[in-house]
Amino acid sequence: MERYFQPEIECASREQILAWQNERLLKQVKNVWDNVPYYRKKMQDKGLTPDDIKSVDDLHKLPFLTKDDLREAYPYGLLAKPLSDCVRIQSTSGTTGRRVVAFYTQHDIDLWEDCCARAIVAAGGTKDDVCHVSYGYGLFTGGPGLNGGSHKVGCLTLPMSSGNTDRQLQFMVDLGSTILCCTPSYAAYLAESIHERGLRDQIKLKAGIFGAEAWSEEMRRDIEQKLGIKAYDIYGLTETSGPGVAFECSEQTGMHINEDHFIAEIIDSDTGEVLPEGEKGELVFTSITKEAFPLLRYRTRDICVLTRKKCSCGRTFVKMCKPMGRSDDMLIVKGVNVFPSQIETVLLEQGYPANYQIIVDRVNNSDTLEVMVEMTPETFSDSLGKITEMEKNLVAALKAMLGIYAKVRLVAPKSITRSEGKAVRVIDKRKI
Amino acid sequence: MTIHQISVFLENRAGQLAEITGILSEHQVDLRALNIAETSDYGVLRLIVSDAQKASSVLLEHGFILTMTPVTAVAVPDRPGGLSELLRVLSEAQIDIEYMYSVFGQKNGLAYMIFRVADVQKLSAALSTSGLTAVSGEELGVH
Repeated sequence: MERYFQPEIECASREQILAWQNERLLKQVKNVWDNVPYYRKKMQDKGLTPDDIKSVDDLHKLPFLTKDDLREAYPYGLLAKPLSDCVRIQSTSGTTGRRVVAFYTQHDIDLWEDCCARAIVAAGGTKDDVCHVSYGYGLFTGGPGLNGGSHKVGCLTLPMSSGNTDRQLQFMVDLGSTILCCTPSYAAYLAESIHERGLRDQIKLKAGIFGAEAWSEEMRRDIEQKLGIKAYDIYGLTETSGPGVAFECSEQTGMHINEDHFIAEIIDSDTGEVLPEGEKGELVFTSITKEAFPLLRYRTRDICVLTRKKCSCGRTFVKMCKPMGRSDDMLIVKGVNVFPSQIETVLLEQGYPANYQIIVDRVNNSDTLEVMVEMTPETFSDSLGKITEMEKNLVAALKAMLGIYAKVRLVAPKSITRSEGKAVRVIDKRKI
Repeated sequence: MTIHQISVFLENRAGQLAEITGILSEHQVDLRALNIAETSDYGVLRLIVSDAQKASSVLLEHGFILTMTPVTAVAVPDRPGGLSELLRVLSEAQIDIEYMYSVFGQKNGLAYMIFRVADVQKLSAALSTSGLTAVSGEELGVH
């Protein structure tokens, strides 16, 4: 039987959900108008006042907010509460120059943890479960979010954080973990390790909640079969709180968006036009209950489809499919946001031509990033030591910019694939 | 006295060497010596050829990246200890060898070694005080 953390909300009538959304949206619009000069200016630029927004039907009139706005307003420009009312900061896994910081009041944390608790209960979690959280703790929202949700459900919470596989497996066996929360690639890695060490009979896992990374149905089936569990998807982004913006139910056919806190729209990423239900486009969120860091019409750049088809689980919240791609050129490698333009910047700074190719792959369930750079007569040297040193410097500069290791491969001139004369910058070989 | 060595950037890809030797053969360029330094991903091919100018221009035309590097050729007696004696001379003169390799074939009971050093003057001086000399291009069939 399907279980819910907050049945009266998760299974509310569409009328009720719409009523909440209308009321909360109007309050939020007034809130940002009164308290966030950055928003007020954006609205004024479009000739809007809070009076122009009378219901969710008027949402499309509001200006979009993008990652560039977040960078421009960094760090306090979008705060809607005095700092003295904030109790927490989390930050994106992203990279130098593109870091986003989000602020939370205690109320924001409470609602965020409710969202995560809904995901845990939807995955079958109860107060009798041992919830093993192997998302990273710290600035990354994964660990703190699921940790808080697990507390709310009343699970015995294991704040494992990521890494140290030996200890993960020991605790899993000794303390009888029943629910595993981590990235799908780490779940696959743990599953592999459990398999190799013949520990399958000694673990008690029944469910997993895996997100923060793209993963395929094949990967889901593989993890489910290796660990003997049901694997559930979860979606979120730091900008809107963290994991738990949407979560999967027993039907496993998409993620229910917590519509009492977030209004979702699908837009045409070129024109900004709102698209009807069922059409593929860019996902846009408006956070209607956030106090400290409310975002109105935030463009996620994730491409997906929404459906309001009745779900067998009984929840009435709209469902989103797994993100099918990005409307910008951002890559997510090992959970870190990577923009090709950042790599280009490093190459030019180091005296290389902007002729490169980025190859992303997944080897043994872990992402790899390789940058192919064409050798030039100016950079070529007869001494292997000098070339190796150049390569090392480039690897270090890329690491400093991206925050993750990228392998550098120097290639012969004109060997980088061009299609119709145009260089192909990114090759993503991951089968997701 | 130095001779021209051609250093070519090699991507670690099957067929790269065959392509280079193919181009040289097509243009009637004879190989005198060859050496490859490599890492797992790329390498540097070092060539002494019968006609360095011709070889470098045809390789450039084919899109290869190369540099010309001055190296010194030295004749050593082709017998046990021949190379050892020469290297001792260099060692006593504290000459660092960046790399060295040998030339194909022998003449008059001599073998030839190619040396790349930082200080060519110092090498010539060390050789002449030991009664040795750098070998000219003609002697190797290189021009």
